[in-house]
Amino acid sequence: MINEIIGTILICAGIAFDFFGVLGLVRLPDVYNRLQAATKCVTFGTAGILLGVLIIQGFNAFGIKCIIGIIFIFLTSPVGAHAISRAAHRAGIKLTGESIVDIYAEDKELKESSTK
Amino acid sequence: MKIKTRSRLVVFILSAFVWFALTNMKNWQEVFVGLLLSLLVSLIAGQFLITTEKTKHLFLRILAFAKYFLRFIWEMIKANFHVAYIVLHPDLPIKPGIVKVKTKLTKDSAKTILCNSITLTPGTMTVDINPDKNEIYIHWIDIVTKDYYNIDENTATISAKFEKLLTEVFE
Repeated sequence: MINEIIGTILICAGIAFDFFGVLGLVRLPDVYNRLQAATKCVTFGTAGILLGVLIIQGFNAFGIKCIIGIIFIFLTSPVGAHAISRAAHRAGIKLTGESIVDIYAEDKELKESSTK
Repeated sequence: MKIKTRSRLVVFILSAFVWFALTNMKNWQEVFVGLLLSLLVSLIAGQFLITTEKTKHLFLRILAFAKYFLRFIWEMIKANFHVAYIVLHPDLPIKPGIVKVKTKLTKDSAKTILCNSITLTPGTMTVDINPDKNEIYIHWIDIVTKDYYNIDENTATISAKFEKLLTEVFE
């Protein structure tokens, strides 16, 4: 009984954070800011949902799959965000107009001008 | 035991564990195929997991990792509330930009973990790494340092808390 209550609370919190992540995906200006919201909130929210399922189910075949899911989400989600943002920057997508500094682009120009 | 053999053994145990967790081990055929596949994986890709001899005792490193993990979970909860605050605020209070930090970690695995933790902690996301100079480029959604070209200040704000803990785990 108490397991089900804790698990349901965790699942609800996870869904709430997933919702914030999706809201950020719609509201924030450029691809980098959107990735920030998407990776942080969606990783944590989905991990919360899986943890809730684990607590409701207990350590049976179902629950152990949840643990594996949590581990792989934590390992792969930041790597995916890193790959997408790097590819976006290489493809020449500019940061939004509100941005104040882009040292990455400056360093790249410096490198290109020194090799020419 | 040689390092390569030990690395292969660790990979074998890990992949067998993942297989047994995913299947439900009702009959011997599943167990047999699982062991066979783990052996194959450990023979092909096993030597890349552990490449250097560690000086510290395993128990101390596990303790350090637990300390790092608790800190990481706390930072992650903070990060989520930070994003929720930004997203729900009507004016979207952001000040984004890409800054540069330095790292003293030398091993690839340690750097990977550091970059992943930076991505999942408040307001920061790793964009690229310069392996020659050990510099990480970080997209920061709300820059708080005054002089954003100052690498030391950025390092102290963003990555110093994890770097110290990870040094204990990996070096």
